[in-house]
This record gives sequence, structure tokens and C-alpha cells, in this order.
Amino acid sequence: MQKMIQKYFALFALPTLIAFTLAFVVPFIMGIYLSFTQFTTVNDATWVGLDNYIKAFSDKDFLNALWFTARFTIVSVVLINVFAFLIALLLTKKVLGTNVFRTIFFMPNLIGGIVLGYIWQLIFNGILYKFDVTLTNDPAYGFWGLVILMNWQLIGYMMIIYIAGIQNVPKEQLEAAKIDGATNWVILRKIILPLVMPSITICLFLSISNSFKLFDQNLALTAGAPSKQTAMLALDIFNTFYGKTGFEGVGQAKAVMFFLMVGIIVIVQLAITRRKEIEN
Amino acid sequence: MDDTQQKRPFLFLFLVVLAVAFLSPILIVLMNSFKGKFFISDAPFVFPNSDTYVGLENYTSGIQKINFFSAFGMSLFITIGAVSLIVFFTSMTGWYLTRVKTKWASALFYMFVFSMIVPFQMVMFTMTKTANVIGLDNPIGILIIYLGFGSGLSVFLFSGFVKSIPLEIEEAVMIDGGGPPQMFFKVILPILKPIAITVAILNVMWVWNDYLLPYLIIGTEYKTIPIAVQYLKGGYGSIDMGAMMAMLVLAIIPIVIFYLFCQKYIIEGVVAGAVKG
Repeated sequence: MQKMIQKYFALFALPTLIAFTLAFVVPFIMGIYLSFTQFTTVNDATWVGLDNYIKAFSDKDFLNALWFTARFTIVSVVLINVFAFLIALLLTKKVLGTNVFRTIFFMPNLIGGIVLGYIWQLIFNGILYKFDVTLTNDPAYGFWGLVILMNWQLIGYMMIIYIAGIQNVPKEQLEAAKIDGATNWVILRKIILPLVMPSITICLFLSISNSFKLFDQNLALTAGAPSKQTAMLALDIFNTFYGKTGFEGVGQAKAVMFFLMVGIIVIVQLAITRRKEIEN
Repeated sequence: MDDTQQKRPFLFLFLVVLAVAFLSPILIVLMNSFKGKFFISDAPFVFPNSDTYVGLENYTSGIQKINFFSAFGMSLFITIGAVSLIVFFTSMTGWYLTRVKTKWASALFYMFVFSMIVPFQMVMFTMTKTANVIGLDNPIGILIIYLGFGSGLSVFLFSGFVKSIPLEIEEAVMIDGGGPPQMFFKVILPILKPIAITVAILNVMWVWNDYLLPYLIIGTEYKTIPIAVQYLKGGYGSIDMGAMMAMLVLAIIPIVIFYLFCQKYIIEGVVAGAVKG
């Protein structure tokens, strides 16, 4: 039967493969090659070796964006997951209207990053106005603004996944532990947490990659202001490509490093949490 | 004794407060969309009064400024087009790559999986150039770009689901004299319906809200809603806050309607997509 299906490659696989090649494979390979060249329009590339990478690392904006992105990712991933898990615990208890609450908490996730950015810009500037400052006066405002925005957007998403995980914990096991006199804390540590480990793996994966790759929200909320100090990596790469002519090669080198960082972080995280799943 | 039997007034009250906090940003924007543009930035938390209330003025001026309905139409066209293409073609590919167990098929499958972790910025510039060169920089061409860039996750999800379908079903079709096309479209595709809904929902959420890809590929000529909203900010001029508030509300309304109608599918789809992905 496999042989028979195989003959229909042109029908089943070719259309996707053509689109995939045009939109991903060719741009990806070209991107790696171009990161070692100087170019402005792709056709005029001249080989410069590691020059672009060296320039990227001597670019203060890039290093600042890297540091900002790292701090932002750590803070928001921890907060998002802690809050999402706590709310999931509350909503898996029998409370009136859990479905309505779930619906409300999840909703911000459907709103696009640009729109989210402007919603929160209004709110933060409204609060800061009382202190005679704006969101772009101090990079710290932009940082915490993005953290709050990201929490608002992603808590509901992660909560849904945690709820599904918690609901899979067998009731008998919880009741047996209660009869044995286990405290709530012990039940949480020894029974619930190990059993929702797969949900934790997924939520960490989603929140890390979403935070690290953040662009739209960053662009709409502060656009990097004051003076690029709140620009994250994705925005810095965009600015390098489209903001300064002659720096396309450097932009592409930054993009390659950005890809490698995302890849390494995600693989390391998956390896660590998957191992924890197996240990349990 | 059993604490699930207890009424939990404090917990309930806490959740109500939290829910209000979650909704308030949207409600504040809604409230401000009815205020004059000079009364927004300074006092966003104040209700409109007889001096500041302007009715639907912000809506009419905003709709004109960014040509909202044409942006809405463009967003709708691209989302429906791209998601239909993705579901149709990647379901076939996911099935094909799972059933054909050759070296090439599995190499191809791993390339799709690999593409899932590559951030957009990595291919942003070269993809835009490629689209320009081969003429995909128009509302039809961008659908092909979406199919290509979105195929990784979708092929992966379909393939995972196909693994759970017993081969006997397909063998029975073959014994009845049906070829692979018949096998797929008459028998397999209906079985794939639950995962197809998941794939569709995840891609709708992505394409509808996507800003950078359409901005770079078709943004100079055609505007989707996120591009139109960002355009309102303009270059260095100040923002018309009234129009901005009204357009934010109009950008949110379609999503809320979609959410209220398909809530069950959306939440199930997100869970299924996450668990399998």
C-alpha cells in the first residue's frame, strides 16, 4: 500500500513542499549565506567572513537588546507560570461559574500584539500621568509595562493548559492522600506537581519562546523608547535591517544568532523538563 | 468534610475581582472611545461627561483615516484564504509523510519540524526578497507564503493524529478497489476533522493577528487590521487618541464575536495543539 500512496507524491506532498521551499527553505539557506556577506539587495553580496558577527557584538544596541530580552524572558516566564498555575488550581476547585471565569481569563490571548500594545500604552500613560512622567521616560517603565502586558496576555493561555493537566490527576489518588492525612501542601508537591509535569513542559516552552521572540507588543508599547533602551532582540534586528542602510549583513548575522539562541534555549528547556517527566 | 462540597464565598469573590481586573483594560478603551481626543491621554480613567462625550465621532473619523473596512476585508480574505490552504494541503502532506516510510519522507518530515523553532526574523529579509522576485507580494501570493511558513506546525499536528488511525481502515478501502486519492478524501479526511479544527483555530489566531509578515510582503499597498492600527500612529506626528481608541475597539469586536461563537473549539483546540505540540 505504501508504494501506491508513494506514487501520488505530486498530489499529496508537492504543493506544500513548493510553498515550504519558497517561504522557508530558500530564505533560510540564503539567510545563513548572507550573514557572511555585505549586501543591500541580496544580488550584490560580497563575502566578508565573520565581519558581520564581530560588528553585531560591538553594537551596543544589540547587547542591550540581548540583556533586556534575557531579563524580560526570565521575569515574565516565572510570573506567568506561577500565576497561571495558581489560577488553574483555584478553577479546578468547585466554584460557581468556573467556565465564565475561564472564558474571561483566556480572552486577552486572542487579541493581536499591536492592539494589546496600544491598549496598555493608554493605561500605563494614564497612571504615570499622575506622576508627571510617561512610559518612555525610563526604560524600567517599559520593562515592567511589557511584563504586565505579557502576563495579561498569556496567563489565560497557560491556565487552560494547566487546568487540563490538573484535571487528569486521578481523583482516587487525591482522596487516598487526604485519608492518610496529607496536608494540602504535600498533596500539591508530591501528587499534583509530578503529574502535571507534561503541562509544565509545554507551558514553559510556549511562554519562553513567545517572550523571547516578542515583537508586536514591543513595537506598539514603546517602540524601543527611550533611545532603543527597551528594544528587544526581534525589534533590534528589524531596526538593523530597515533602519540603517548598509547594515543588512549585520542584521542577518544578528538574526542567525537570534535563531541559534532560540533553538538552544528551547532544546535545553525541553531536555530538562522531559527528563523530570520521566523521573516521575 | 469533603471540601469540594463547601461553598467558597471568598474564593468566588476573589475570582470576580480578578475577572474585573482582566476585563478592565478593554472596558477602559471602550469608554475612552466615546470621549473627545483631547480628553483621553490625561484622564483615561474618567467616565465621559457632557463636555467630553462625542458620540460616534471617533469611529467615523477613525474608519475614514485608516480605511477600516477595507483593512477588515483584507484581514478576512487573507485569514480565510491562508487557513483554508493550510488545512487542505498540510492534512494531505501530514498523512502522506506518515504513511510513506522512506528516507526522503522522514527527512522531509524532520525539516518541517525543524522549521517550527526558527523565528520569523531569521528569514524575514530573505523571504520578503524572494516574494518580491517571484511575484508573491500581493494578496494572493501571500497566501502561498503563509502556507509555506505555517506548514511546519500543521504538518506536525496532522502527522501525530494520523499515527493513531489504524492502517486496517485504509487497507479495507484498497481491497474495495479505491486508490489513494479516494482513500484520503472519502475516508481519512473525515476522520481528521477534530485535528483539522485545532489546526484551523491555531492558524486563524496567528494569521488574523499577524503584523510583521503582511507588513513586509504587502504592507505598502494593502493593509490588514494590525497594519492599519499601527499606521494610525504614523511617523513622528502625535496620535489621534480618539480615533485610536475607536479603532482598537473595532479591532477587538470581530475577535470577541469569533470567540463567543467558537469558544468550545478554541479552548479545546489550544489544549490539543499544546499537548500534541
